[in-house]
Amino acid sequence: MSIRHGLLALLERGQMYGYQLRAAFEESTGSTWPLNIGQVYTTLSRLERDGLVRPLPESEAGQRPYEITDAGRADLALWFATPISRTDRPRDELAIKLALALTTPGVDVRSVVQAQRSATMRALQELTRLKYGSDRPEDLPWRLVLDSMVFQAEAEVRWLDHCETSLVRHRPAVPPPSAPGPGDTPEAARWADEEARR
Amino acid sequence: MSGPDDAVLELRAVHRTHGAGPAAVHALRGVSLVVRPGELVAVMGPSGSGKSTLLALAGGLDRPTDGEVFIEGQPLGTLDRRGLAQLRRRRIGYIFQQLNLLGSLSAVENVALPLELDGTSGRRARSLAMAALTEVGLPAVGDRFPDQLSGGQQQRVAIARALVGERRLVLADEPTGALDSQTGEAVLHLLRRRIDAGAAGVLVTHEARHAGWADRVVFLRDGVLVDTTAPLGSVEQLLSGSDR
Repeated sequence: MSIRHGLLALLERGQMYGYQLRAAFEESTGSTWPLNIGQVYTTLSRLERDGLVRPLPESEAGQRPYEITDAGRADLALWFATPISRTDRPRDELAIKLALALTTPGVDVRSVVQAQRSATMRALQELTRLKYGSDRPEDLPWRLVLDSMVFQAEAEVRWLDHCETSLVRHRPAVPPPSAPGPGDTPEAARWADEEARR
Repeated sequence: MSGPDDAVLELRAVHRTHGAGPAAVHALRGVSLVVRPGELVAVMGPSGSGKSTLLALAGGLDRPTDGEVFIEGQPLGTLDRRGLAQLRRRRIGYIFQQLNLLGSLSAVENVALPLELDGTSGRRARSLAMAALTEVGLPAVGDRFPDQLSGGQQQRVAIARALVGERRLVLADEPTGALDSQTGEAVLHLLRRRIDAGAAGVLVTHEARHAGWADRVVFLRDGVLVDTTAPLGSVEQLLSGSDR
């Protein structure tokens, strides 16, 4: 998501100045997405340039509130109406790392999988604990954000389980670091041992 | 609070082998695990990794081939069948996917049954059972029979039966079964609350989202504990990001 649309959505509630926007953004995402004030002002000036928000006169305290324009409302409505495309998200470093681990000599892929699973599981525990600690009705937006992260973490653990099962079933031909054949590497021997036991 | 002295459950170098000779199946191979009051430990692993065997040994439903299981410091190996049955009724609550509710008994009678079997008077058992039903959010269905309850309500009655009285150890095997995600979450919420009140728990699951409710997650592979997650900090520490 863009911070842009986040700020537009907040301004749809009413006019706000930079610090208010930052606080409201963090509140609605349960502080899971911290913003610095610089990002807020940079985004506001881009939104202003594109005609999606307009600045209002400064208050006596020197704060300049912004309000959303009709063009901004249309942009926001379009954003809510358009599904997020998975291809818009950053590349999945973990998938790439595992793919490379499989074909890199001397890497214990199962350790890579287990270390990641343990770390992801730990994150999932943290998220669950935060969720458990927030059961007031007004915490609902935050709980939904946490739920989203919980389900993503769960999906990652399931995928790691799947990777591990695949590793046991299909021993890949790891290019040997030097002379010995793939069947002679400790890793391959361990897989073979694993298969023999099944 | 640091030594195993205060452990509610301890598995010490436990082995469980089924069969003998070349056909022997080593379900558990030297597993050690300590669970203290207020602690919920989730056990994860693929099918056949030994999760259910571990739970059966922890609950005194099966005996180890080697090693020892302690419940509140008492080695189960020293108990005869009767002593073991008594300990199971008094100190251990089981929540299984199969609810095993008796269809001819009302909800409150199902919950009171283990207490009555243990010699608690009918009246007191009923009042403790009602308290347990209230704890799981079912104060009004005590007189209904299992077939008059929804799947989620039946599961909660089974949980009330596991929690009734002074049980210090709760053992759960995929306790949310086929429940929908909200109802399943409510079940884990109940379990968590009981643990926070001072019980100890072991939760066997292959669902990462359920294991997320635990204080510690251990990973079982081919009968061996291969890894465990680091202990969690408090909510305040998590929020301030100082928990790493």
